[in-house]
Amino acid sequence: MSSNIQSGSKSFTSLPDSSGHFGEYGGMFVAETLMAPLAELRFAYERYRDDARFQAELDADLANYVGRPSPLYFAEHLTEKVGGARIYLKREDLNHTGAHKINNTVGQILLARNMGKKRIIAETGAGQHGVATATVAARLGMECVVYMGSEDIKRQALNVYRMRLLGAEVVAVESGSKTLKDALNEAMRDWVTNIDTTFYIIGTVAGPHPYPAMVRDFQTIIGREARQQIQEQAGRLPDALVACVGGGSNAIGLFYPFLEDKDVAIYGVEAAGNGLQTGRHAAPLCAGRPGVLHGNRTYLMEDSDGQIIETHSISAGLDYPGVGPEHAWLKDVGRAEYVAIADDEALDAFHSLTRVEGIIPALESSHAVAYASKLAAGMSPDEIVLVNLSGRGDKDIHTVAERDGIKV
Amino acid sequence: MSRITACFEKLKKSGRKVLIPYVTAGDPTPAVTLPLMHEMVRAGADIIELGVPFSDPMADGPVIQAASERALSYQISLRDVMDMVQRFRLTDKATPVILMGYLNPIEVMGYDTFARSAAQAGVDGVLTVDLPPEEGHDFLAALNEQLLDPIFLIAPTSTEERIKLITDNASGFVYYVAIKGVTGASDLDVDDVAAHLEKIRKQTDLPIGVGFGIKDADSAARVAQVADAVVVGSAIVKRVAEHIDAPEKINDAVTGLLGVLRHAIDTAED
Ligand SMILES: Cc1ncc(COP(=O)(O)O)c(C=O)c1O
Repeated sequence: MSSNIQSGSKSFTSLPDSSGHFGEYGGMFVAETLMAPLAELRFAYERYRDDARFQAELDADLANYVGRPSPLYFAEHLTEKVGGARIYLKREDLNHTGAHKINNTVGQILLARNMGKKRIIAETGAGQHGVATATVAARLGMECVVYMGSEDIKRQALNVYRMRLLGAEVVAVESGSKTLKDALNEAMRDWVTNIDTTFYIIGTVAGPHPYPAMVRDFQTIIGREARQQIQEQAGRLPDALVACVGGGSNAIGLFYPFLEDKDVAIYGVEAAGNGLQTGRHAAPLCAGRPGVLHGNRTYLMEDSDGQIIETHSISAGLDYPGVGPEHAWLKDVGRAEYVAIADDEALDAFHSLTRVEGIIPALESSHAVAYASKLAAGMSPDEIVLVNLSGRGDKDIHTVAERDGIKV
Repeated sequence: MSRITACFEKLKKSGRKVLIPYVTAGDPTPAVTLPLMHEMVRAGADIIELGVPFSDPMADGPVIQAASERALSYQISLRDVMDMVQRFRLTDKATPVILMGYLNPIEVMGYDTFARSAAQAGVDGVLTVDLPPEEGHDFLAALNEQLLDPIFLIAPTSTEERIKLITDNASGFVYYVAIKGVTGASDLDVDDVAAHLEKIRKQTDLPIGVGFGIKDADSAARVAQVADAVVVGSAIVKRVAEHIDAPEKINDAVTGLLGVLRHAIDTAED
């Protein structure tokens, strides 16, 4: 496979700059009240990032609590079925709580504790990040409030109950479209009101600086492990990486350690929902345009007046009208390519992986599996496609059953 | 001299404080706003702050969020808001108008187009809640070219360096946010506000407006003792919201409150 890079010798791992910009994207677009707390967070993060004791504690938690390293699995049967490049799965579904989200929450809560914060807040869409946050808050004995759109609460009853079991308060957000973007607005409002006591754990590489860089750094454990594992197992780097993109945290976590490997092609998979041409999708990079939302400049789904529009995806975790600013930059500089997979294709991949490998993937991850299968089919058997299996599908069983007309 | 600066100077000479009510444009229906603006001036408003509705008003509490949603149900756009100002200017050439909103609708329109259209419509100042001066270089250049006053927030959390950065980039006046929180929250501590204003005044001669958390005669009077302007938003929008089923009563409900606030401010001891 030829690489998809336009800009020869440029470094892809030197951003963000000191003010949090990835080219023209990112930055800090927040009300004045949050500027000083964000500076404080950045300062604390930069200090602990380079602190050996903090890193040792984080490494121990990742190993013994999260269960890292997660395996890299050669999906022989899917490979056979697809008939092309060899497909490897990075098994983030095997982490504690069932997704990559916990890589970030264990990191941020250690930071919160070191900053002397006692109260944790988070936003959640599918509930995976909410569960991952409630989990680490329970472990450290911290108060935890999770904001969740009332529409999502209806769609994800199981995760709501999980959070409550873990001792978190789940607050229903009734404003706007009552989904993830509104939950993020509400969490920001809580934070601005309670900044002295409260640490806001954002669940993806969105939000104002330093969140996109900080969440990325906590998630790059995925790519660092995968890069080593594939070399051990296959003796070389993969030809292509594939990951689904909601806000973009599992994707950047896989991609980042490979960005300077110029022969590795990189594909981020957005949710095409009912199809890009219908307008009912969640694919800002494929079909949106740049704007400012939730503290950063990035690609957005918006109308001609600059109002944010509702997104559609069978997968609640991809149902977000923005995307991490680093992905916007990687798209513009041509280092990564962004594609989209529709609901039906993701469902096919969900069933297919379940049947041939005995692995039930999250609907989010099913988008990556679907695109990887298409991509691999056009490649040769001596090539390698590495897919991030960002989470397990137990949470989605009801959604899939309903689609198939089955009552569980 | 800008209309905003002139307004502050004039009131200062007569020993009065500036009263700035906020309403969301198009709330609860597009037809309500223009007559309401004129009525507010008659009831004692010195400057009008007109909210540009946005789908994701991250810095606003429930009252102004709901106002935004009502206006957006009529697809009120930034262009519509500027049209309202243009019509307001047909008969009122004196009262300054400030647009308050979020950056994205302005990004979509383009900074230069926005600034030109706003100036043409008769807008005097622009407060973009989610645009700190650090990110505002091009936007400020566009506003300055059209002689529009950039209005910035200063918060209880703002450091001295940030206050300097903000006051260096602001004109017209600066807007001190009286509380850590969103619009419409309560628990205003006037001693704390006074202490912060003293810090700000060390760095600038610009007038200081205070808002967020002023909801009645008492809080308005106390803030008027230390600030140059009193900004009242959610308390007014709440009056609007109470009459969405009888919009003909909105003008009286709002001007009733404004009359009380005006009196409280004018009789507050300095
Ligand atoms: C399993 C899984 N994958 C992916 C995502 C999307 O988030 P991100 O793009 O930040 O990885 C989610 C979000 O809830 C998720 O639960």
